[in-house]
Formats: sequence, structure tokens, C-alpha cells
Amino acid sequence: MPLLEIKNIETFYRLIYALKGVSLALDEGTNTTILGNNGAGKSTILKTVMGLIDDQPDKGTIEFMGKRIDRKDPEDIVRLGISYVPEGREVFEELTTRENLLMGAYRRRDRAGIREDFRRIYDYFSVLEEREDQLAGTLSGGEQQMLAIGRALMNKPRLLFLDEPSLGLSPLMVKEIFDIIKMINSEGITILLVEQNARMALKIAHFGLILENGRFVMKGRAEELLEDEDVKEFYLGIKQTESAKGYQRWKRKKRWR
Amino acid sequence: MFLQLIVSGISIGSIYALVALAMVIIYKTSEVPNFAQGEMAMLSTFVAFMLLASFGQPFVISFAGALVFAVVLGVFLEFVFLRRAKDPNVLSLILITLGFEMMIYGVASWKWGAEQQSFPFPVSDFDIVNLGPAVVSYLNIVTLLVTLFLMFILFLFFRYTKVGIAMKATQQNMLAARINGIRANRILSITWGMSSLIGAVAGMMLAPIATLDPNLMLDPLLKGFASAVLGGMTTLVGSALGGYILGIIETLFGGYISLQFKSIVAFLIIVLVLCFKPSGLFAKHYVRRV
Ligand SMILES: Nc1ncnc2c1ncn2[C@@H]1O[C@H](COP(=O)(O)OP(=O)(O)OP(=O)(O)O)[C@@H](O)[C@H]1O
Ligand SMILES: [Mg+2]
Repeated sequence: MPLLEIKNIETFYRLIYALKGVSLALDEGTNTTILGNNGAGKSTILKTVMGLIDDQPDKGTIEFMGKRIDRKDPEDIVRLGISYVPEGREVFEELTTRENLLMGAYRRRDRAGIREDFRRIYDYFSVLEEREDQLAGTLSGGEQQMLAIGRALMNKPRLLFLDEPSLGLSPLMVKEIFDIIKMINSEGITILLVEQNARMALKIAHFGLILENGRFVMKGRAEELLEDEDVKEFYLGIKQTESAKGYQRWKRKKRWR
Repeated sequence: MFLQLIVSGISIGSIYALVALAMVIIYKTSEVPNFAQGEMAMLSTFVAFMLLASFGQPFVISFAGALVFAVVLGVFLEFVFLRRAKDPNVLSLILITLGFEMMIYGVASWKWGAEQQSFPFPVSDFDIVNLGPAVVSYLNIVTLLVTLFLMFILFLFFRYTKVGIAMKATQQNMLAARINGIRANRILSITWGMSSLIGAVAGMMLAPIATLDPNLMLDPLLKGFASAVLGGMTTLVGSALGGYILGIIETLFGGYISLQFKSIVAFLIIVLVLCFKPSGLFAKHYVRRV
């Protein structure tokens, strides 16, 4: 049984039809990445699963550990063991780093475990320990991203959603964050990673999916996708031929459908 | 005379500070000034009065009962009315609080409107100590001590308790709060209960120096609101300081310039603040990066 199973969900923002039948299964311990252009609906998938869009999904089901979770409140979904690092970090700007992390453990009662997890997160991100008493709003973008990930881990999740953690970070910082994501995964936490940075994402993920216009158009093992001609051209930015772009687009679409 | 006016100013300033705190606590979470704050406090004060006078309960039980009533009232109003508002905007929320205001005022006028009561209190405004040339009543002292104590408790609550920090977190970023498992609705209820309790304390300390009738909190509410605007609607410490500043300025104005026009001071101050520092004197200029 997969840890998370999404079956054919459709999501609307009022009249906007954002997800047009999306299915996805994540096995425990895997690291999966969703790639796609701006507006494809990547964030919408995560928000729908987290219960953040009122009365959605309109159709389809979502199961976590074999139990239906679609249309539940985010507060309850978090308690089941899914953590979410949203696009744009969304740290509590006027709380300190430590208070932010404490809020990540809001639902937990095990003081000793919480203390241990503080230690673990400060080991992953030593800069957070240095900035323990600084207001989160005054941290740099990269530090805020680390804080957002740390806060999500404080929930002791089995499944971790990350929405574009590389956004706005320097190449060095991106590498550091991705190394840590890989490490988190190797410690047994299942990961679903939404990314624009396709190359980096496919390097650390086991599986990749490509979303276009609210539908998956391609799924595969990460190393296969890295070698795929179309993925190379349109997501990795490697030009194969000098041929006209229109021809390539046509060819790509033909192969995918 | 100056010192005496300062003493009176601090005393009434305590009441304004409490009302301001009660307003700001709600404003920070619900983003609405609660215009029913005063009537909620008035009603709770009447509950204390009823327990004392009609049921002959001792002070401790009567006051505690009124505080419990205040919390229940706050939670009830939030849960039953505010939460029902679908996609609320600020204007509709303000209208809801005005609705509460009229409802509670109506009930109180119907039940107690006719007579003006005097509110019994364990310490008297007539027992005094001399402070140099000024006299300070026991009631003045108790008012100040209770207010400071309450502020200290609030400080500890927001600084060190998980719920207090979660309340700040919800005020700052509702989405982030929810995805960390903080039940925003529950936080809202707690906010309203707490705010109502603080208002009730203000009401019960004001009642012995005023007359207890349904108009008890009319003026203090407006002054408390003015204090909050003066100090900053987004800062607890600032709004409390605003209460003391307003209390002192107002009393000095009344003593040296004109007693009749004392009340307009608050509104002059609001106008000045809105012209020169709209976020309030003590609001931190924290720029959001969105
Ligand atoms: N709150 C909203 N209200 C209305 N439409 C929305 C809302 N959020 C997203 N959409 C629309 O849904 C579609 C999918 O948006 P989504 O944010 O999921 O894209 P994305 O793949 O995450 O893009 P990006 O890479 O730019 O973050 C877009 O067309 C967007 O305009
Ligand atoms: Mg997105």
C-alpha cells in the first residue's frame, strides 16, 4: 500500500479549472519530484492535499496510510504526519527562530522528543542555532528556507512536501538545501518535491513527474527523465538541434500524448 | 496640584490601558476594533453586582464569577456570531460588533436601566495615604497594582506559553499557523475570552468610582480606543502606554485649562496621531516583505 495515494483529483479555484485529473502514488521512503512550468498547477496539488483550498478537490480521492484525507482541515492533516513547506517560506516573521521551530512542534506533547529534534535540526542547519533569538523576518532568504524546512520537520512527519525550496537562492545555497533534503529522505521521511530547478531535483529524486496545464504528461524514474530528449530541451535547457522551436513543440506534444 | 492630577491621571489611565489592551488583543487577531468591548465589560460588571447585591455572595466569589462570565461571553459571541460570517470583510465585522454593542446595551437597559447603583468594593476611594502634597486613595493603589499585575501576566503568557506564542503566530500568518496544526478558530475563541476578561476587570474597577448603570463603559470605551490608536493598535505595550498618556494628559487639561472640554482631548489626540503618525506612537515599523 502506498503511503500517499491521489486518485484522479480535480481542483477548481472558483471557475478556474486548475487540476484536471491528477493521480499519484508515493511509496514509503521514496523521493518524488514534480516539475512543470509556471502555472502548471504544481502548488495546487500540494495545497489540495493539505486541505488548504476550501471544498476541494471537486472530484477524486486522496488516501494517506490507507485512510481518506480529502477535504479534511489542514490542522488535522498535519496531525496525521504530513508536513508542508509552502512556496515563499511563510515563516512567522515576528517570532524568533526558536519560537518558529517550537510552533512546528505545536501538536506534540513529548518534551524530550522535541528537545531532541531541536538538536537534530540545529545539526542540519547550524546557522539556525546561531540565529536562535533573531526574528525570522530579519533572516536572509536562504536562512528562512532552512527555518521553514526545520519547522516542518519539528512536526515529525512521515511525509514532507516541499514547494520550490530553491526559489531565489544562490547556487551554493541550493546545493546545500538539496543535500539536506536528500539526507532527510535517507533517514526515512518520504518526500514530494515541487521544483523549477529540474536538474537538481532529478538528481536527488527517485521519481519524477511532469505537469502541464493541470495534467501529468510524463512520469518516470529520475535518471531516465534526466536522459530524455524532451525533458533535456524543455526543462533542463539543453538545446539538441538548431531546428525551429515550433517543430520541436509539435514533436514533443506528439510523443507525450 | 500637579502631583495630585498625575495621580488621578494614572488611576484613570489604568482603566483606559486595560480597555485599550482588550481592544488590541482582538484587533490583532480578528483585525477589527470591537465596539462591543465596553458593553461586554459593563454586562460582566453587572453580573458581579448581582452576585454581590442580589445573591449576597462574598467579593471573591462575585468577582471570580463575573470574570468567568466575561470569558464565556467573549467566547460565545465569537463562536456564535463572528465565526458564522462567510468571507467577512472589515466593514461587516465592525457592523457585527456594533450589533453586539446594541444588543447588550438593550438587555442591560431593560434589566437595570432605571436605577443607578453604587458598586460595593472591598477597598474604598476614601481611605487615603499622603504622598507628599498629593493624596492617593487605596482604590487608586489597588487599581494600579491590579493593572500592572494583569499586564505582567499577559507579558508572561505571550512570551513563554505555547498558546501565547501560537496566538502571536496566528496573528502574523494565518496560513502558516494552520499548516503547523494550530487551530486558528480555537485561537480566535481564546482571544475573545481573554479580551472580555480584561475588559471586565476594567469595568469592575471603574464601577466603584463611577455610578453603575448601562452607560458605565460608554466613555471609557472611546477613551480606551483613543489610547490604542495613540499607542498603536498593533502593540500591546504601546496601547497600554497610550492609556496612561491619555489619562494623564486629559486630567492635566481638566485641571489647568477646562474641565468641561476635558473629553475632547482624546479626540484631538486621535486626530493629531492620525495626521502625524497613523500607526501610533509605539508601533514598530516592521516592513513586511511580501
Ligand atoms: N488562489 C487562486 N485563485 C485563483 N486561481 C489560482 C489561485 N491559485 C492558483 N491559481 C491558478 O491555478 C493555476 C495553477 O497555479 P499553481 O500555483 O498551482 O501553479 P504552479 O505550478 O505552482 O506555478 P509556479 O511554478 O509559478 O509556482 C494557475 O493558472 C493559477 O493562476
Ligand atoms: Mg507554485
